[in-house]
Amino acid sequence: MNALTEVYGGFKSLLIGMRVTIGQFFKPVVTVQYPHKTLKMPLRYRGHIELVGNPASGRPLCFVCKLCERACPSDCISVDGVKLEGEKRRSVTSYKLNFTTCSLCGACVEVCREGAIRFSRDYNLAGLTKEEFVLDLVQRFQAQQAKAKPEAHESHESHESKQAEAAQAAEAKPAGQLAGAAKSGDSAA
Amino acid sequence: MSALFSKIVTLLETEPYRLVVAVVAIVGFVALNAAYLVWVERKGAGRFQRRPGPTEVGPAGLLQPVADGLKLMSKQLILPAGADLTLFRVAPLLVMAPVLMSLAVIPFGQSLAARNLNVGLLMIFALGSINVMALMLGGWASRNKYAVMSAARVVSQNVAYEIPMLLVVVTMAMVSGTMNLNEIVRQQAGAFWHWNLFRVWVNPLMPVTFLIFYICMLEETNRAPFDMAEAESELVAGAYTEYGGMGFGVFFMAEYANIVLGCSLATVLFLGGWQSPFGVLPGVVWFLLKMYFLVFSVVWIRWTFPRTQFYGLLNLSWKILIPVSLFTLVLSAAMLKILRSSL
Repeated sequence: MNALTEVYGGFKSLLIGMRVTIGQFFKPVVTVQYPHKTLKMPLRYRGHIELVGNPASGRPLCFVCKLCERACPSDCISVDGVKLEGEKRRSVTSYKLNFTTCSLCGACVEVCREGAIRFSRDYNLAGLTKEEFVLDLVQRFQAQQAKAKPEAHESHESHESKQAEAAQAAEAKPAGQLAGAAKSGDSAA
Repeated sequence: MSALFSKIVTLLETEPYRLVVAVVAIVGFVALNAAYLVWVERKGAGRFQRRPGPTEVGPAGLLQPVADGLKLMSKQLILPAGADLTLFRVAPLLVMAPVLMSLAVIPFGQSLAARNLNVGLLMIFALGSINVMALMLGGWASRNKYAVMSAARVVSQNVAYEIPMLLVVVTMAMVSGTMNLNEIVRQQAGAFWHWNLFRVWVNPLMPVTFLIFYICMLEETNRAPFDMAEAESELVAGAYTEYGGMGFGVFFMAEYANIVLGCSLATVLFLGGWQSPFGVLPGVVWFLLKMYFLVFSVVWIRWTFPRTQFYGLLNLSWKILIPVSLFTLVLSAAMLKILRSSL
């Protein structure tokens, strides 16, 4: 009798298990179909660094103090700049980040007095060659500026959110970016 | 035109042509099912895990089986060193052939069976045991430790489960009084409570009998949770370890063909075969509906339960299924005796 109740209980629990799975069967899909759709990265996502612009002038805030260069434990940042005539501070002309050695420790962001660099939210970083990961952040900044131009000077107080939007716009089309990466990889090969 | 058509039909019903038509139809049916049940399985697995399953090849991934087939066919057939080459090559065929032959006696519709044999049920079970031997030969011939281990498991597992399966089938043969599958279906005419599954006045344990049959069918087709033959997480790929390309492909197709056969048999024996419960739609449709519902439940079970442990598997058979099926056999024999003598 004991064995029969055991069999009955076991069979019942199997049926309950099957009811659970059939319930899942009719619920909507929860996975994101990656190349077709992407997740929005949260604001605190720590991607590679990027330059922050001065909303008034539309140029990078960076004045080439090179603190980040010295703070970097893996020596992957090299900054260069010139002193333009009639200006107190130097302006950045080249900001190279060698992302192959960067460990995303964030020491550069922490040490920057001006808040001129921040973490980007770019995570679609596939490439075929090593050289693709030596990032020129000035170029990247200019590209972002060009994209954000139509709305860049509308309001100054909300520039934080505007920049966030601009950053998002830059990473909005991963498929195109992937294709671009593949193309540049081909030409390098 | 219609005269020509009817002439062709009568020609196709005469002997050598009928044979050819049946062979082509069965091979086509098995091939289509094997290919698209893989798709059903993958889609089903996806749905049960809240993901979409294959979507990239063709609309809703419908061309996925074609892509898989092309991939398998383009692969090199590797023969492992030291393997028994003849047995190694023959094993996949030996798994596939009995299924194709068994389908010849399955009545898909009232007059839609390749052969209306008087001993159809017996023939299916005679051929069914070849499956085990073929898996064992495949495992043995590969000269691979995993494969041999799996082959040993498969044999003990199949021996253990063939007994309750056959006891159930003997019960059904006694209840129906015939081994002709078409006749068994004909006896279940009428509404669904005439199906053997609900024939509780002959044997009050009929639903239990069906469950035993279903469990044994899962086991005989080496499906999860009884997939000791493959057991990919513990034995690499079990008996299929050394098979690549279409050799593996045939084993894989045979698994699905066996599921179709097992579900067809369950439909015929318990769910009234091509009998329609409401009198609408032709019988073939009902047969396929019932059969594919059972196939779906096989997929459903696979993605619900983990693989049983080996001793658990044997305990289930020897300690539960065999005593219970013996009991139902004796019970229905007694009931039949009483019923017959009272008439």
